[in-house]
Amino acid sequence: MSALTVTGVSKVFPPTGSEQTETRAVDDVSLHVPHGSLTAVLGPSGCGKTTLLRLIAGFLAPDSGTIAFDDRVVAGDGRPVPPQDRRVGYVPQEGALFPHLDVAGNIGFGLPRGQRDSGSRIDEMLDLVELPRAFRSRAPHELSGGQQQRVALARALAPRPTVVLLDEPFSSLDASLRESTGRAVARALRAAHATGLLVTHDQSEALSLSDQVAVLREGRLIQAGSPADVYLAPHDPELARFVGGATPLPGRAGQGVSATCALGAVTLAHPASADDLVLVIRPDQVVLDPAGVEALVDEVSFYGHDAAIRLSVGGAALVARVSGPSAPRAGDRVRIGVRGTVHAYPAPVRD
Amino acid sequence: MAVALLALIPLVYVATYIVIIGPREIWELVFRPRVLDLLRNTVTLAAATMAATAALGIALAFLVERTDLPARRLWHGLLVAPLAVPAFVNGYAWVSLDRSINGFGGAWLVVTLSYYPLVYLPAVAALRGLDPALEEASWSLGHTRWQTFARVVLPQLRPALLGGALLVGLHLLAEFGALALLRFPTFTTAIYDQYGSTFNGSAATAMAGVLVLLCLFLLLAELRLRGTRHYSRVGQGAARLSEPVALRGLRWPLLLLVTGLVVLAVGVPTYALLHWLAVGTSTEFPVDDLLSATGSTVVLAALGALATTVAAVPVAWLAVRYRGRLTTLVERSTYVANALPGIVVGLALVVASLRLVPLVYQTALLLVVAYAILFLPRAVVSVRSGLEQAPVVLDHVAQSLGTGPIATARRVTLPLIAPSLGAGAALVFLAISTELTATLMLSPIGTRTLATEFWSASSELRYGAAAPYALLLVLISVPATVLLMRQERLHP
Repeated sequence: MSALTVTGVSKVFPPTGSEQTETRAVDDVSLHVPHGSLTAVLGPSGCGKTTLLRLIAGFLAPDSGTIAFDDRVVAGDGRPVPPQDRRVGYVPQEGALFPHLDVAGNIGFGLPRGQRDSGSRIDEMLDLVELPRAFRSRAPHELSGGQQQRVALARALAPRPTVVLLDEPFSSLDASLRESTGRAVARALRAAHATGLLVTHDQSEALSLSDQVAVLREGRLIQAGSPADVYLAPHDPELARFVGGATPLPGRAGQGVSATCALGAVTLAHPASADDLVLVIRPDQVVLDPAGVEALVDEVSFYGHDAAIRLSVGGAALVARVSGPSAPRAGDRVRIGVRGTVHAYPAPVRD
Repeated sequence: MAVALLALIPLVYVATYIVIIGPREIWELVFRPRVLDLLRNTVTLAAATMAATAALGIALAFLVERTDLPARRLWHGLLVAPLAVPAFVNGYAWVSLDRSINGFGGAWLVVTLSYYPLVYLPAVAALRGLDPALEEASWSLGHTRWQTFARVVLPQLRPALLGGALLVGLHLLAEFGALALLRFPTFTTAIYDQYGSTFNGSAATAMAGVLVLLCLFLLLAELRLRGTRHYSRVGQGAARLSEPVALRGLRWPLLLLVTGLVVLAVGVPTYALLHWLAVGTSTEFPVDDLLSATGSTVVLAALGALATTVAAVPVAWLAVRYRGRLTTLVERSTYVANALPGIVVGLALVVASLRLVPLVYQTALLLVVAYAILFLPRAVVSVRSGLEQAPVVLDHVAQSLGTGPIATARRVTLPLIAPSLGAGAALVFLAISTELTATLMLSPIGTRTLATEFWSASSELRYGAAAPYALLLVLISVPATVLLMRQERLHP
């Protein structure tokens, strides 16, 4: 396994029949994935994350920039290395197992003929993805969606690739299966000491499975960092809303690290850089507080262990997460406060 | 690209010929009383047959699929059976039993009995794929079963119904053997007569031009329909079976009607074949001739199937993997040939080969080219559906596992599309075995196939001698019919 380094990569698609203008699918993206770690590329659909993955796999060639596995440049330096010579493991969205081959045939596809026949590597891979060895002779259609994804991962890992690329591998699974398969896949990747790149639009998947989260928006890399960094110190209000479900509120800077908004006085994480601010408040920061400001409960989504309540406070709308049993009902009036420090950004200048 | 150009030869030929002859002469050639007669014959027969097959097809499909008619599975098999009897064999059966079956009435009867399964099969498939929840919703809104049929079921069947009827129309415009035997002159039979008796190129081509226009009209109608066709089921999962409609008092009269139809459509040709086989074997049973005709049929059909399937692969590949205006055009242009009657393709290749490459005239090569043009669409449809089972993501996975493009084709794509390649080749093989018109026009002198031998015997009224060939032709058609039924089931 090697480290993956992407430097200043751009890819522009020419105008097509439906799109009149050219599309900058990937725009000057630089990213480093250290050896043996898993990075999640997170973004809404159409943000360019799948294009980035296809550039790394070699199905597309970048217009500019370089892609390197350790010191070996595979794209951007003369003729790009064709996909079959890059040794990347590729796990596509639906698994895409070869329907005419059984599980052993699929896992052994990328192995040299001798290893394919001996089959010890295939058993090893089945163990790694936590599937019984008896599955060797099953046909793909006899497997559940989660099992198919595990076989697809085993197939990708079997030839010991330099990096493993996973393209929304869990999005076609049921919600219950998604989490367990995701954890199993992350475990298998760690056990294989694989360098992995996971493309997803699901922020909880990205935060819970990866060592590094890289957020892409409209082809640009907005922020790359540890899951906690991205969640707790988002780069801008939009990212805070996308990753943490945070609510932006207008506010005014006060003395030092204090500011005021519809929720009263709050403490900022850093001294304010402007007078007019946008404060982002995550749902887990809003608490029921008898000493806080009054709010009207508009809507309650009860999940059992907790509940999301939508509140209005002096014209602003806010989401709070409270524990399930103590959740208020729609129409109630409650008092709320803010827990912890709040991130503030200069408000956009209005004409 | 080259394949598409080849497929367009007939069309180009007709168009250039018409330009060369010039509008004045075309006017004189086309607007003669004889041609107008033919036009009236062709159009009325086509319209009457399309109407009759549509009505029969829908009614039978509903009876078999949605009512408590006894022994419905048996009836389904029997009702599809006429597909296995080439229309010209059916015509032979009727005319050999009763010479008074001819003219418009006879032609209408025989072609309707031969072609109604072309509507029946897609209608059954559509009914089977129709979600019963639609009908249940309609009942719950206060409609009776008949109102539901008219307002919910029939609109859903419209694509199957119209598509099937247009296919009947195209078949009819191309039909030569049955109509010649029944002595009902249409454009196709007239073109053949012109070509055979006087070798009058201009007159034959002018008529071919009119025929092509009629075909293109139907083809455009078909394409328009296909564009707006939509799936009848929205949800996922298997469709439940709907409660069959109780026929009550109508049960036995309707059963009698269906029995009568099956007797006419299947019983009559079977009886005629067996009868003439008995008569024929008592007089003459030329085993050598039969064997040599079968042999040359098999060789020609195998060559044709191979050439057609090989030509279909790039067309289907482009259409599936590189969707775009140009590739759609290439694919569609091969479909145009499908609408062209064998007679036009034959005529075009005769003239084109004589003008451009006289060496190939009267060779098996030219005949194989004609087969490829005629049956390319069938192979393309099969190969296409196979390629759609082999999405490009599988190629990407194979490449990422270190497999080069050629090895990927060998280890992934070919194994996946092999069954559909085989099915396509089999369909073409069987279609060629029973092809009559182009074979008559293009086969090298001395080449005898089952179809040409059958034709020479039955057109000389030697019905007994024709019977063994007819039987072989029917036997060859059976597997194709089964294949078609299966395709219909897989792709409703």
